[in-house]
Amino acid sequence: MSNSSDSPILSSDSEAWAENIRREFPILDQEVRGKPLVFLDSAASSQRPRSVIDAVTWYEEHDHANVHRGVHTLSQRATDAFEGAREKVRGFINAESTSEIIFVRGTTEGINLVASSFGQKFIGEGDEIIISHMEHHANIVPWQMLCERNKAVLRVIPMDERGELDYQAYLDLLGPRTKIVALNHVSNALGTINPVKQYVAAAREKGIPILLDGAQAVPHMPVDVRDLDCDFYVFSSHKMYGPTGVGVLYGRKSLLEQLPPYQGGGDMILAVTFEKTLYNELPYRLEAGTPNISGVVGLGAAVDFLQRVGIDNAERREQELLAYATSALENIPGLRMIGTASHKAGVMSFVMERAHPHDIGTILDTEGVAVRTGHHCAMPVMDFFKVPATARASLGIYNTRLDIDKLVEALQRVREVLG
Amino acid sequence: MDLRDLYQDIIVDHNRSPRNFRLIDPADYEAQGYNPLCGDKLGVYLNLRDGHIDDLAFQGSGCAISVASASLMTEAVKGLSESETRKLYEQVHDMLTGADTDVDPMDLGKLAALAGVREYPSRVKCASLCWHTLIAALDKQSDAVTTE
Repeated sequence: MSNSSDSPILSSDSEAWAENIRREFPILDQEVRGKPLVFLDSAASSQRPRSVIDAVTWYEEHDHANVHRGVHTLSQRATDAFEGAREKVRGFINAESTSEIIFVRGTTEGINLVASSFGQKFIGEGDEIIISHMEHHANIVPWQMLCERNKAVLRVIPMDERGELDYQAYLDLLGPRTKIVALNHVSNALGTINPVKQYVAAAREKGIPILLDGAQAVPHMPVDVRDLDCDFYVFSSHKMYGPTGVGVLYGRKSLLEQLPPYQGGGDMILAVTFEKTLYNELPYRLEAGTPNISGVVGLGAAVDFLQRVGIDNAERREQELLAYATSALENIPGLRMIGTASHKAGVMSFVMERAHPHDIGTILDTEGVAVRTGHHCAMPVMDFFKVPATARASLGIYNTRLDIDKLVEALQRVREVLG
Repeated sequence: MDLRDLYQDIIVDHNRSPRNFRLIDPADYEAQGYNPLCGDKLGVYLNLRDGHIDDLAFQGSGCAISVASASLMTEAVKGLSESETRKLYEQVHDMLTGADTDVDPMDLGKLAALAGVREYPSRVKCASLCWHTLIAALDKQSDAVTTE
């Protein structure tokens, strides 16, 4: 993989490293309710660096036309930019071929595509689909809909009080009727980094395809789909410093080739008559209609950004900051962390005694601190921990120790206000 | 806008010690309210006597704004006739949403403490859930009320 930049950062330099990166994000330089913005909601959507904003603007101002088939210059430029981004994404996750990179609207659409097309072809009555207790609704509902349509059965890998999955229970669930496994790489509600390589190996050994939801992983750690050996890997641009409305479905070519089209329309065909349509080759066969071209261009620029700063540097830095933040939060009386797995990404879900998460969120906002509050599209996780909601602070590449110190300070204010 | 405009002492007090926080069983009228966005759930129970609200109580869980709003509501509505209750609901609703009306929050007594939520659009539903649930109870609506 070519994700590493030349020199690894030293721990003592990591604060300066993050501060430099922070300057590349124009949106962070502002006041909210009279206080400097502290943005701790990157797990919901990250911000964009100047280079991504500029790439999208440049494309809109100079190169835009519809992609593919155009013979004029702008169409060629747009196609080059679009397909160039596909190659960047391929390299970033080390896929074998660009025909394995399908552009979709986001992680949600990627999972729906697989549930729909794979489900239509391979899943029937009594077949089983395995997911886990810590999935985002986007990796629950499409499978539930499929189960309802095809009379299949949903099986759920249990988790423990720390927010770690039960591997033995997973092995026991893998059975003769299992047709696919769908698992998140990193939990958006708990921060757990699942040991997915192990889970993939167990499924593949039995010839069962496995999809990984990588929305919360790709921005924060190196991801190599060939090393993971997974069959599908799905992620979103807007959580990895790119624009909204675009995402990636990686699929193993031998499997993608067997999938019926997800949607019909332009771009996904070779020839159409009223009697019969001849479908296009991969990846176009699964990309009907004019795509989100400027979004894909922005995603390409986001990949460039992450390659430049070094995804392994980002990982190391965020782990350091997570350790700092976790111990700071755990020192706050009455605060309880939800999700204490031994391997975590920069997600800190918590509840506080006598303070509802929504009050915490509002009070923090008046201090300029942006965190997410609610069920984080993971209601089964909330039910498991018997909380209606949590407050969640999540880290991005641009967060600093000062951000954490301000969060802690603002949380003291919660106690003052609510008594 | 200062935080204290939203979390006034009276709100904090009613959140910490909600009034009429209990079940009435059996109740002449009752309804359940649910805010799927934040998971707030509450039940509103009431008995009428000679066309007036004789007893009113609530139970449930939610944020400080929703608990305090429900607690204040039970105090404000007790003793009112059904039509007076519905009129007060309209006035409170206008106050919370900042609708262009001639309602002066000062005429609403303690309920005026909730006027601050209009500056926080994401929190208006927290304050209004109990009122929607109260009206649903009076309407004998059997489905749970949701804010969505």
